[in-house]
Amino acid sequence: MTDQTQNPPAMTTGAQSTVQASRGGMLGLTANDFRLFLIVLVITFLAPFILNPFPEGSALAQFNAGYPDLMQRFVIFGIFAIGFNILFGLTGYLSFGHAAFLGVGSYGAIWMMKLLTLNVIPAIIMAIIVAGIFALMVGYVSLRRSGIYFSILTLAFAQMSYALAYSVLTPITGGETGLQIKNTDRPLLSNIQDGEIGRANLFGLEMRSSFELELGAWLFTFNAGYYIAAVVMLLAFYMSIRLFRSPFGMMLRAVKSNQQRMNYTGLNSKPYTLAAFVISGMYAGLAGGLMVAMDTQVGPERMFWTASGEVVLMAILGGAGTLIGPVLGAGFIKYMENIISKINSTILHEWFFWLPDGLENFVVALIYPFIGKGWHLTLGIMFMAVVIFLPGGLVEGGQRIAGWIKNRRGSGDGPDKDPEHHPKQAPHVGE
Amino acid sequence: MDGFILQILNGLDKGSAYALIALGLTLIFGTLGVVNFAHGALFMIGAFCAVTLNRLLTLSYVTEDPSRTDFLGNPAKVETPYVVDWFGESVGLAMIDWVVPLAILFSIPIMVAVGLIMERGLIKHFYKRPHADQILVTFGLAIVLQEIIKYYYGANPIPTPAPEAFVGTFDFGAMLGFEPFTILYPYWRLVYFVFAVILIGAVFAFLQFTTFGMVVRAGMADRETVGLLGINIDRRFTLMFALAAVVAGLAGVMYTPIISPNYHMGMDFLVLSFVVVVVGGMGSLPGAVAAGFLLGILESFASMPVAISIIPGINQIIIYLVAIVILLTRPRGLMGRKGVMEE
Repeated sequence: MTDQTQNPPAMTTGAQSTVQASRGGMLGLTANDFRLFLIVLVITFLAPFILNPFPEGSALAQFNAGYPDLMQRFVIFGIFAIGFNILFGLTGYLSFGHAAFLGVGSYGAIWMMKLLTLNVIPAIIMAIIVAGIFALMVGYVSLRRSGIYFSILTLAFAQMSYALAYSVLTPITGGETGLQIKNTDRPLLSNIQDGEIGRANLFGLEMRSSFELELGAWLFTFNAGYYIAAVVMLLAFYMSIRLFRSPFGMMLRAVKSNQQRMNYTGLNSKPYTLAAFVISGMYAGLAGGLMVAMDTQVGPERMFWTASGEVVLMAILGGAGTLIGPVLGAGFIKYMENIISKINSTILHEWFFWLPDGLENFVVALIYPFIGKGWHLTLGIMFMAVVIFLPGGLVEGGQRIAGWIKNRRGSGDGPDKDPEHHPKQAPHVGE
Repeated sequence: MDGFILQILNGLDKGSAYALIALGLTLIFGTLGVVNFAHGALFMIGAFCAVTLNRLLTLSYVTEDPSRTDFLGNPAKVETPYVVDWFGESVGLAMIDWVVPLAILFSIPIMVAVGLIMERGLIKHFYKRPHADQILVTFGLAIVLQEIIKYYYGANPIPTPAPEAFVGTFDFGAMLGFEPFTILYPYWRLVYFVFAVILIGAVFAFLQFTTFGMVVRAGMADRETVGLLGINIDRRFTLMFALAAVVAGLAGVMYTPIISPNYHMGMDFLVLSFVVVVVGGMGSLPGAVAAGFLLGILESFASMPVAISIIPGINQIIIYLVAIVILLTRPRGLMGRKGVMEE
């Protein structure tokens, strides 16, 4: 599932990958990419089963993640991270202000719902358009510089948007309280009774409506909102594969490996990076629009720089520059966040009841800072460990394990010739 | 005119903090070539050194005073700090009152230790890695440090007062010959500004007038040659990291009476300090200091009612706006050197 993403032949020439597209796989993908896409598709659609492996009421039920709210967050942040990866993974430009596009998209979506219709499609389209325009403006300015300067510029723009949304733009953004759909809102095209609070829907299908299936001790929830978001995520994922394998994607990789050389060959890299930036911003807007579609509210904290930092963490943790990495990273972080912050000291005592009392208390005291409210500490440590030991993220970890297993089997041509496996470093970033 | 001076004064304390943090950032960047996102955390750790010392000094035991009773008629409980017992009434209470200045002495060894551990334990391994990796790992470190502080000290700001003698304001306007009560300025802010100027001056003097500083400057200009001359430049750069940590820590210690320390104060200042460094010019020490004061004062001018009435919200965004304009018109910042971060 992981080793196709860094497929060396597909990376070296764009032409070759387009030739490959005609053999093997479908939908214009190579056989490997198509297989990856199929796996993601199956996992996404069966997620309510896969994420609920433990029976209701059992001690392990707290590890279940198969409830709508969390599953929606998985796919939405997956989209956000895929989009960020198009910029950072391909071109190496580290944007520290990506949450601004998500926030702007969210505001666009909620106004569409407040004014025009509660159907989510116009809202999402509006979110993409608004975020795209904003990304075009920010990108046009920020991309004049590279490296740390680019990071600071994007950060500055994002913080500016946050500060403005928080203060002066309160008539548009609702300030600190943000925007919600209220019972006074009268969308033009939706039939809302007096005093009724409109709900987001897709041609009448409400986002929050769910179908529950009870099988023995298990309870599976199939949520309309999740499946709509999942389909959008799959589309976004498909487009990102196509983009990675296209000649345009090759150009972006060229920017990452050596922008100067690219310029000397007579190519102007600016349109490519700007296009990547805008696409990436539109992905963020799409994620923001979907967020609004799911819970019909938005606040400025969505644009704060910590939110931008989070998507950076997702992409790095999963594996920047790989196809599946950001999705894995987003899912991993959101899952761990949810599960770890639910664990408390009572649960820890239950786990370690078999230890002698003194030792039990000691172990619990040792673990306690890392759980519950200490989730960010765990995240920080995990993130540092990944950057230090696994610069390629979870994907590289998977590849190493796979390579190790192959080596153990002694399959002659040893796929992992470099035991340390230092990936080629991006010389461009931070120039 | 008086309003003008007042705004400059108001900008000075924040500007001082920006300048001190940016100075440390630039020191680290100029010597080690590392973009340290954990520098705000050092500022915060300094502030929490003051909080810790405050708690240590006010550790007390409880005795019952039979001569007084509380409202229920029980003997009143009197808390006596241990320091009062040890050093006598006047010295002990004075120590508690002067906790923030005392914390300067208390924090220096701590900040040196933190700096050395950070550099030797983590950052050393990232010199050969891309800048993006350095940013990311120090960003992770900043999260870890601030969460540790949050775990031990809680999420709420902890007020740490200035010494009694510096509480309140004084009439700066009257001293300059304006109408009385037009320019009122808190004592502690003036103390902070003076302290920052002295500290900045000390750092520059150290770099300019000592042999150690000369070697460091030579190393900043051409690390390889200095190394070839048989000088252990790495060790000196490690000490510069510790120095930068001390500067950030002291900035944090002295800032506690102005803003009650909380676990995210480091990050709040870091984002702005980075902007300051970039505006001043990456790698330029005078640039960092100048830009720090400049942006602090600009921010204060932008929060005047006149400015807000012309451009609403200007006070919130002025620093970022200036940064954008400067980066686009003078890509190297105000005093940036050629060849830094642009090879």
